[in-house]
Amino acid sequence: MWLTIQQIFPYAIMFTIPLLITALGGLFSERSGVVNIGLEGLMVIGAFAAAYTMYELQTAWPGHEVAAIWIGLLVAIAAGTVFSLLHAFASIHLSANQVISGTAINMIAGAITVFLSRNITGSGNIRLPGGLPSFDVWGFANIPVIGPLLFTKTYWTTWIILAVVLLSSLILRKTAFGLRLRSCGEYPQAAEAAGVNVRKMRYIGVLISGAFAGLGGGIHLVTIAGEFTGTVSGLGFLALAALIFGQWRPLGILAATLFFGFASTVANVSQVIPQLASIPPIFLKVFPYVVTLIALVLFSKTSQAPKAAGEVFDSGKR
Amino acid sequence: MRNLIISLCAVLFGLIGGAILMAVTGHDPIEGYRYLFQGGLKNASRFGDTLATGTPLIFTGLSVAFAFRTGLFNIGAAGQMLFGGFCATVVGLNIDTARPLLLLLMILAAIAGGAVWAFIPGLLKARFNVHEVVSTIMMNWIAYWTIYYAVPAYLKAEQIETESRSLADKATLRSPFLSDMFGGSYVNLGLFLAVIVVIVIAFIINKTTLGYELKAVGFNRHSAEYAGIGVNRSIITSMLISGALAGLAGLAQYAGNGNNIQIGILPSQGYDGIAVALLGANSPLGVLVSALFFGLLYSGRGFMNAMTEIPPEIADSIIAIIIYFAATSVLMDRLITRFMSKRRSTMAATAGGKEKV
Repeated sequence: MWLTIQQIFPYAIMFTIPLLITALGGLFSERSGVVNIGLEGLMVIGAFAAAYTMYELQTAWPGHEVAAIWIGLLVAIAAGTVFSLLHAFASIHLSANQVISGTAINMIAGAITVFLSRNITGSGNIRLPGGLPSFDVWGFANIPVIGPLLFTKTYWTTWIILAVVLLSSLILRKTAFGLRLRSCGEYPQAAEAAGVNVRKMRYIGVLISGAFAGLGGGIHLVTIAGEFTGTVSGLGFLALAALIFGQWRPLGILAATLFFGFASTVANVSQVIPQLASIPPIFLKVFPYVVTLIALVLFSKTSQAPKAAGEVFDSGKR
Repeated sequence: MRNLIISLCAVLFGLIGGAILMAVTGHDPIEGYRYLFQGGLKNASRFGDTLATGTPLIFTGLSVAFAFRTGLFNIGAAGQMLFGGFCATVVGLNIDTARPLLLLLMILAAIAGGAVWAFIPGLLKARFNVHEVVSTIMMNWIAYWTIYYAVPAYLKAEQIETESRSLADKATLRSPFLSDMFGGSYVNLGLFLAVIVVIVIAFIINKTTLGYELKAVGFNRHSAEYAGIGVNRSIITSMLISGALAGLAGLAQYAGNGNNIQIGILPSQGYDGIAVALLGANSPLGVLVSALFFGLLYSGRGFMNAMTEIPPEIADSIIAIIIYFAATSVLMDRLITRFMSKRRSTMAATAGGKEKV
């Protein structure tokens, strides 16, 4: 049993990280008052941008696989940011329905990336030369119990993302910027009266979500998928579920995504591992969505959701 | 009128966007569009395929549009369609009776499956004020995984793990008469069902008390409540009907256009339904027309791909661009207003000028 847990842990964490960073992006967007259900599409864009960059670098700059991966991830961030401008422009400047705009983002991303990659490779898939290498944290990996669980087979991206989460938590709670951003999602008219540029803050929120979701898609590509196939199989929506289940708080999201990450990993490996084979995988797979529904019901009275999320900002409204 | 102009503009921008995409990737857009439209309209068989491809879109479009009228955003048409189609397939594979009865049972199963899947978000919205967008997304993925495990467990085909057994011909909506008429196309009875349902839904929305109440809730929930309309009941009713329509899309897709259900795919018709509803301005007739237009794009793309080097995903891209422009209709609304007022002012100026002369 211990061995099983020891084997599952690194995979669960690997699965959690793209989910975590994407959900965190969603948090910035929703806290600023813009619902972003385009996270899935932004992840796809990020994955495509990273895959394409690495594909090109493979021939243009051979022999630097690992460097190419990091460049690919940076490009993923840039692509996600630029693409999220579409959503920001539609929902902030054009008063579009944010859900429809987000849906459009998902559809555009899914269609155009496959269209482009078919033009590039002919098959619609882009296979990577190699994934991000994992490593054991020096010294820590030998600590009993937590060493093998947390510090073996880790990726640099994992540690970076965890740092980003802690930093985000600090920024949102302790800085003037964080307070302003959150106020735009709660009561934008009051924020405006206090001198906050609501539109600018919302742009920042959505662009951060684009950057983070793009990075999430990129990380998913280089650590888990290994190949761009035009989809991230619903991870963006799972991130949305984690955002709600984590009640729009960075540390809540960390807990929620770990929870979902473990559920998904256990579901994926349950057939191979005898101790888990007795649990029908369907329960593990639907588990994140069902608990999110239950959480929505339980927290319906005390929900921490940003009050103005999803509403068009009308500075004349009171 | 204004809705029509906005929709046409969105389509135009979508086609221009598609043309740019083709040109950027080194293809000839004019040639691409020629083959795309030829592929959907060239002869009776291709036209039949266009109608068949549009059929599930009519249902999902109606589903989204109907919920919209009550102010609900049913983004879960994909899940409802999947589950409705699954229920219909279960009935079709396991019950053996005379064809009319069997088809009736399958229709009822599809309606029930879709309605059940939409009932949960409806109930959560009415009872706990849970936002339906989030809950229907969750329901989509619950449906996805339910089908993913239920089909191999109970309906597995002999060899292939990823799809169900094929339905017998009598347990599908296929009709040799229609196929012959359209030169061997896979157009089927689903189209007639869709047209009937469009008429029924148009009647419900425009001519009945129920439709009036649902629309009133959609316009203003609070004033509807003040007027004595049961808002919570209306929300649940609207979701039930919307889900039933999406369930019928599943029937038309899995037991009409196809004859089995596959796992691991959330049907794209669900999200396309949002585009259809948006483009059709949430009116049943508009939905019918825009669904057939999207059907044309989808059914023509194979021919285009065969005749040119353009990847078939161009059709999906065009639709996605259309929905983006339909979502940002404010932009076009402003342009139209500006255009109208400019024309009015120039007309007034010329008229004024004439008077002076």
